[in-house]
Amino acid sequence: MGQRIDINHLNVYYGDFLAVQDINMKIQANKVTAFIGPSGCGKSTVLRTLDRMHEITPGAHVEGQVLLEGRDLYGPDVDPVEVRRDVGMVFQRANPFPTMSIRENVLAGIRLNKKHIPKSDADDLVEWALRGANLWKEVKDRLDKPGIGLSGGQQQRLCIARAVAVHPQVLLMDEPCSALDPISTLAVEDLINELKQDYTIVIVTHNMQQAARVSDYTAFFNLKAVGQPGHLVEMNDTTTIFSNPQEEDTERYISGRFG
Amino acid sequence: MMGRADETWPGSNKDGETPMKDMRSRASLSPVSSAGGSASSTSVSPDSVSPGPVPAGPETPGSESPATAADGGGAGKGADGGPLPVIDFGKFKPTRSSLRARKRKNLIMTALIVLSFLVALIPLVSVLWVSLVNGVERLNLDFLTHNMSGVVGGNPTATGGYGGILHAIIGTLEVTLGAMVISIPIGVMCAVYLVEYSHGGRLARAISLLVDVMSGIPSIVAGLFAFSMFATLVGPGTVNGFSGSVALSLLMIPTVVKTSEDMLAVVPNDLREAAYALGVTQQRTITRIVLRTALPGIVSGTILAIARVIGETAPLLIASGFIATTNPNLFSGRMTTLPVYVYNEYSEGLAVCGPGAASGCLTDIRMQRAWAAALVLILIVLLLNLLGRLISRIFSVQEAK
Ligand SMILES: Nc1ncnc2c1ncn2[C@@H]1O[C@H](COP(=O)(O)OP(=O)(O)OP(=O)(O)O)[C@@H](O)[C@H]1O
Ligand SMILES: [Mg+2]
Repeated sequence: MGQRIDINHLNVYYGDFLAVQDINMKIQANKVTAFIGPSGCGKSTVLRTLDRMHEITPGAHVEGQVLLEGRDLYGPDVDPVEVRRDVGMVFQRANPFPTMSIRENVLAGIRLNKKHIPKSDADDLVEWALRGANLWKEVKDRLDKPGIGLSGGQQQRLCIARAVAVHPQVLLMDEPCSALDPISTLAVEDLINELKQDYTIVIVTHNMQQAARVSDYTAFFNLKAVGQPGHLVEMNDTTTIFSNPQEEDTERYISGRFG
Repeated sequence: MMGRADETWPGSNKDGETPMKDMRSRASLSPVSSAGGSASSTSVSPDSVSPGPVPAGPETPGSESPATAADGGGAGKGADGGPLPVIDFGKFKPTRSSLRARKRKNLIMTALIVLSFLVALIPLVSVLWVSLVNGVERLNLDFLTHNMSGVVGGNPTATGGYGGILHAIIGTLEVTLGAMVISIPIGVMCAVYLVEYSHGGRLARAISLLVDVMSGIPSIVAGLFAFSMFATLVGPGTVNGFSGSVALSLLMIPTVVKTSEDMLAVVPNDLREAAYALGVTQQRTITRIVLRTALPGIVSGTILAIARVIGETAPLLIASGFIATTNPNLFSGRMTTLPVYVYNEYSEGLAVCGPGAASGCLTDIRMQRAWAAALVLILIVLLLNLLGRLISRIFSVQEAK
């Protein structure tokens, strides 16, 4: 089952630079939430705070709270590594491990965490994850071939399979389709629709139609000017955002009249 | 077609559009303008946007309408509403004569490059040839399976040979292995620290500087260092194989650090992020993903470092010494290595074949042995290279399509 996320008064810094300011939002469990907004407004930044990935950047830190099912991810005794096991992530560029086969890529999350699983369980897990990622039919005969031998769209679905194989509660996707052709994009979108039965999904996208198609809720981010921190303008269910936005900025952005 | 500027603007002046209009519409690549059909009208209207840091020139009255910008020619607007400089792109097009000149230049440079390649090949080929011709004469099984004990002058030994290099081969392999065992972990871990942990801090810069300085240390100094280190730690005059390993590792470490650092740095950050996002610890990400991906490069870099130090003579002469018999113990007693053997044979000069000499006595036997040992050294380096290539091949990362 997916878990809900509550973000309270979140400020994110890169060193001294305040990248996003005072974000407050509730991300519902087992729903798809889309982040939209102009480039540089901090969508990826906020997304990466949800699994503490932004901490990899030296100097990056946050103020405020991110509650995963009520538990503060930034609490003093929380291990970021544990957080990332509960919150999976798929990146803009497909990044399968080049030294591993398709099968090993799917199992990477388990194997790299030193957990040993018997071969039959591993086989089941591989099939389950690849079926979940809608890739099983295409690769079942070449599981031992390198993961980077796949096409871009297949690689991205392999990355999704790799992310779901560790069975997270939440799946974060940062522009997962931006490098994909329309067919692969549709495959990934179908997949997102299926995955939300089991996961809470947050997706960043620049594609309004995609946001409208896949998401239940949409959050619009903006920034006042270059060098200013980004902020959340409004968040609502997707139909409301696209048909009856409360803020003028939102309306202008989604109708493409944004300056 | 390829001619003067005014002819070459693609699609220009057909419908009264200026180059700037063309450029402006291509320059507005923001998601906004490509999402909406009304991009061009918003992008030129200065009122609807915050003026960027572009300085407002005299030819940009604030009330200029989209129509005048398009038709007036000259002062176009960027996507952010600021004035764009007028650029004559025809000037940048190659002309016919510049194309000819480029072809000529290409020809000359190709010839030059091929020539310098051949020049570089001459010493290489001639060294190999001379060692082969001179070394092959003495290179036989007896030479490879005997040491120098019982060799007197130019006389043949009881087995019919003239002594051999078994002890020197063993010495070289052991001393080099010792140097590898010391320098590869230190060098690779140092590189891991520099790339993965330091984030360009002060310590990292200090280490980089020291590594650079270290790569310039003369090898004789490394030998003296190892010798005096063992003199201090173990006792004065301590000479053994391991002392030579220490000296060689001083010379190897900088190369290992440098190549490993380069190889780790080119591992895409995507892979680290992918591993972290799966909840993998940093330590396991480094050992299982980063080092694994960089492994082929690290192996070839290490092989290069070994090839460079395996032929060192001066430090080994000081630190490991010379002895005629086989000493398999790296940690005690003198140990002959191949380069030292070659040097020693060469420096002894002609052998004496006096009146009491045996029938097969050869006066130039020492030079023959020196060449044969040199040839064996070259072969070992060659073998090492092949081995390295094999390992790199086995662990190689298949290139993305
Ligand atoms: N690693 C970093 N170091 C410093 N500043 C950063 C870093 N990453 C992002 N920023 C800054 O933070 C702000 C938000 O960036 P972010 O990547 O979150 O934008 P985004 O909304 O995802 O944009 P896009 O749609 O182009 O992906 C930007 O001003 C950016 O310059
Ligand atoms: Mg982004």
